[in-house]
This record gives sequence, C-alpha cells and structure tokens, in this order.
Amino acid sequence: MIRFDNVSKSYPKQNQPALRDVSLEIEKGEFIFLVGSSGSGKSTFLRLILREERATHGAVHVLGKDLARLSNWKVPQMRRQLGTVFQDFRLLPNKTVGENVAFALEVIGKPRAAIRKTVPEVLELVGLGGKEDRMPGELSGGEQQRVAIARAFVNRPLLLIADEPTGNLDPQTSVGIMKLLDRINRTGTTVVMATHDQQIVDQMRKRVIELEKGRLVRDQSRGVYGYQH
Amino acid sequence: MRAQFVMSEIGVGLRRNLTMTFAVIVSVALSLALLGGSLLMAQQVNSMKDYWYDKVNVSIFLCNKNDEHTSPNCAKGPVTEVQKKEIRADLERMNIVDTVMFESSKQAFDRYKEQFGKDSPLASTITADQMQQSFRVKLKDPEKYKVISSAFAGRPGVQDVTDQRGTLESLFNLLRGMNYAALGLMALMLVVALALILNTVRVSAFSRRRETGIMRLVGASSFYIQLPFIMEAAAAGLMGGIFACVLMVCGQRFLIEGWLAEKIDAIQFIGMSEVYAKLPLVLAIGALMPALAAFFALRKYLKV
Repeated sequence: MIRFDNVSKSYPKQNQPALRDVSLEIEKGEFIFLVGSSGSGKSTFLRLILREERATHGAVHVLGKDLARLSNWKVPQMRRQLGTVFQDFRLLPNKTVGENVAFALEVIGKPRAAIRKTVPEVLELVGLGGKEDRMPGELSGGEQQRVAIARAFVNRPLLLIADEPTGNLDPQTSVGIMKLLDRINRTGTTVVMATHDQQIVDQMRKRVIELEKGRLVRDQSRGVYGYQH
Repeated sequence: MRAQFVMSEIGVGLRRNLTMTFAVIVSVALSLALLGGSLLMAQQVNSMKDYWYDKVNVSIFLCNKNDEHTSPNCAKGPVTEVQKKEIRADLERMNIVDTVMFESSKQAFDRYKEQFGKDSPLASTITADQMQQSFRVKLKDPEKYKVISSAFAGRPGVQDVTDQRGTLESLFNLLRGMNYAALGLMALMLVVALALILNTVRVSAFSRRRETGIMRLVGASSFYIQLPFIMEAAAAGLMGGIFACVLMVCGQRFLIEGWLAEKIDAIQFIGMSEVYAKLPLVLAIGALMPALAAFFALRKYLKV
C-alpha cells in the first residue's frame, strides 16, 4: 500500500532535512498512528504520500506506484484513491453539508445520479443522516469533522490520510471520531493518522510509527503513545 | 464534465470581482474597438488608394507662350509640334506606360471651367490659350513615376512633370499615421487589459483557494480546476468584445454614415458589411486573448 525506501526530504533554505532516511512499509487494511513532536516530520511524511511534495532522496511508493515517476497529469487520478482529513476540517462555509460532500464527486466528474445516491449514504455512515441541508457553521466541531470524513470517504478511497483529525476537538467528541475512523478501517480502508492525542493512541492499540527530528525512531505494532511532551 | 457546475462557478467568480470584471470588460472593449477601427481604417485607405490611383496620372506640362519668362525650363519658347510628336513617340515606346492622352489648351480650359464653374470670376479672366497643353500619362504601375519624371523633366518644350499621386500620398500618409497611432493606443490598452486580467485571476485564485485546495486533494484534474478561471476571463473578454462590436457598429452608423458621408461626397466610405466582416475576429480575440492570459496567470498563482 505504502512503501518508503530510504526517503529523505529537504526543503530549500533549511539546513535540517525534514525527513532522514526513512524506510517502512504499510500494508493494506492497516491502521497507523503517526506520532512525534511538532517539527518531527509528520506533516512532511503525509505530504509525500499525497505527492504534495517529492522526496529529495529515496523512493515513495503509494498504491503500487513510484511517485517520483508519476507524471504530473496522473497525480489527480492517484489522489482519487486517497481520502484526506485535516485538523481544521476545510469545509466550504457557503455550501450545505450535502453540497460539501457532493463537491468532492462533482469535481471529478461523477454523474449526478450517482452523487445523489451516494451522498446520503455516506452521511448516514458517518452519523449525520438527515443533516444534509445544514450549513457547516451550524454544526459542532465534531459534526464538522464527520462531514470532512464523509467527503474524504465518499469516493471509497483505498487509503485515508488524517492529519490530527481530533486536534480541535474535546476528548469525548474525539472518541466518536476515532470510532468512526475505526469503522472505516474495518471496511478495508488503510488509515494513516498523525496525532498528538496520547489517550487515543494508548486506547486503540494500533501500529505506532514515531518520528523524531525526521528520523524513524519507533515502529511498533499495538503500540502506545510512548513519550511525554 | 459537469457544465452546470462550471457555469455556476463562473457566475460566482464574476460577481465576486464585480469591479475588476467591469475594468476588464471596459479595457478589452476599448482595445478591441481600437483594433477593429484601425483595421477598418486600413481598409478604407486601401480602397481610397485603389479608387484614386486609378483616376490620377502623371502630367507632363508643356511650355506655353507666356511661360517663357516665368519658367526657366521654357526659356527657349513654347513647345513646337515636332517636340510634341517626339515626346508622344517616346512615351508610347516606354513599356511602363499604359495610355497617353494629349490635352490641348482648349480641353484644359474646358476642364478648368467645369471644375470651378462657368461663372467663377477666375474662369472669366482666363482665356483658352493661357492654359497649358499637357500629356496625361497613365502608368501600368503608378509607383514608377520617377522613370517618367527623369526622362522628361528638363527636356525642351517640357515645363514640368508632376505626379498627382504626390498630393494624395501626403493625405494617405496622414491617414496611415493616424492608423499607427490607433494601433499603438490599442497595444497600450491591450497591455492594460492583460495586466487587469492577470490581477483578476490572482485575486480570484486567492479568494477561491479553499475550493481549489479541496479540488486538488480529492483529485480533480488541473484542467477542471483551471477551467472556471479561464472561462471567467473568457466570459469577461467576450463581453468586452461584444461592447467593442457595438462601438464599431455605432461608429459606422453615426460617425461615418451619419456625418462623414454627408459632408464628403467624393469618398466611398466603408459600409456596414465591412464592419460586420470584422466582428467575428473581434469577438474571437476578445474571448481567446483573456483566456490565454488567464491560463498563463494560473500557472503562477494556482498550484495544481
């Protein structure tokens, strides 16, 4: 599903590389917690998977494709198989919940009939059945994140990338979001989640990958958060 | 491709930047109207050239008996019959000459009267024998005037060789100069229009960065992401083009037909059909040029 072979990433005008010689493999259907302090390279790791950035050294394979050799015009096709969720939800405030989810399908040219059928289904799945016509501003943070997850999942991606999805939410709401991500994971979708939330990591007991100053320092199945911050 | 989705995006984009859109429309309209105007003017000058050059010719004025003192070329007295025959023979031998017509004093006098009116005070003071005889030479190629003038100027019996084209040429040069000025102004307006489009696209890309960011993440093709911006520029440009067309049609209708044509009979002005013939070009440039500008602006302002 994802393979990093000796991957390093340096940004111009920065003497410290963001990632140093990271090698790992993530199998289909896994649930991964990506932990590490701020600036440890978590975001760079995710951006490399999304091919928002390219590795300076080494090879990144996602869904069986070498991203370095993937030409620019094929990138959108690759991203259609990925779903992405962020800490700040990134919903469109002037569109309803339903329209926000439908947007992800509209812009990749899905037929309208399919959209009309899929959107309520996925909203039902994330626990927002019947809230299709609400505006994002009327919803709580947890509900907004559910909309974002619905949007990420509506095209049935093989891989879900979540960058601190519970970072803006209170613990109780976070638990709900984690249950949802777990459920999505059980449908066969691989989930890679960067997080700072110790409680969640310790509770879920999934594979934990820890980065520190750009190096892979721990890769532990059924791991815990592990370090104090 | 979901046409309705794209159309609604364009509408939203244009309304969001209403002032900027307005500026783009006006500047595109003005530059295209200038372009159309100068194209039409060039056509006008050409048609006038064709019309007038056909009518004008090189005149070889022959010495009259009273030119003896006024013109140094005629110091040896008026032209003789022998000289006239020689000149005519020489002219007819030249292969650049199309036709040669001799105008006698009487004919010149008649034409003069016709031009200035029988009753004009000038006509009544002049008599037929005061008018110069001349050869009117029509050339196959009017540009070859120099050949005639060098061959016949200063020859005994010839007072002067004049090319009537010379007088027209200065008028045409003036018109051509005006045309270049219009084209220059157009280029300037075009630069303004392009700068405005660039800026509009930048503002538009910035205000829509949320949408485009999401589109990128969910895997919309770059064409799909860029299309609303490009269409937006094209729509504004097309509106500018339409305004330019209206300006051109009104210009023909009111300025040329309603005013110039009334005042000046002698010139065949361009008609509405010539204006119509230019409209598709103006509209096409109006839509394509901003679209192209937007496309290049997006490479800079919109990461895909």
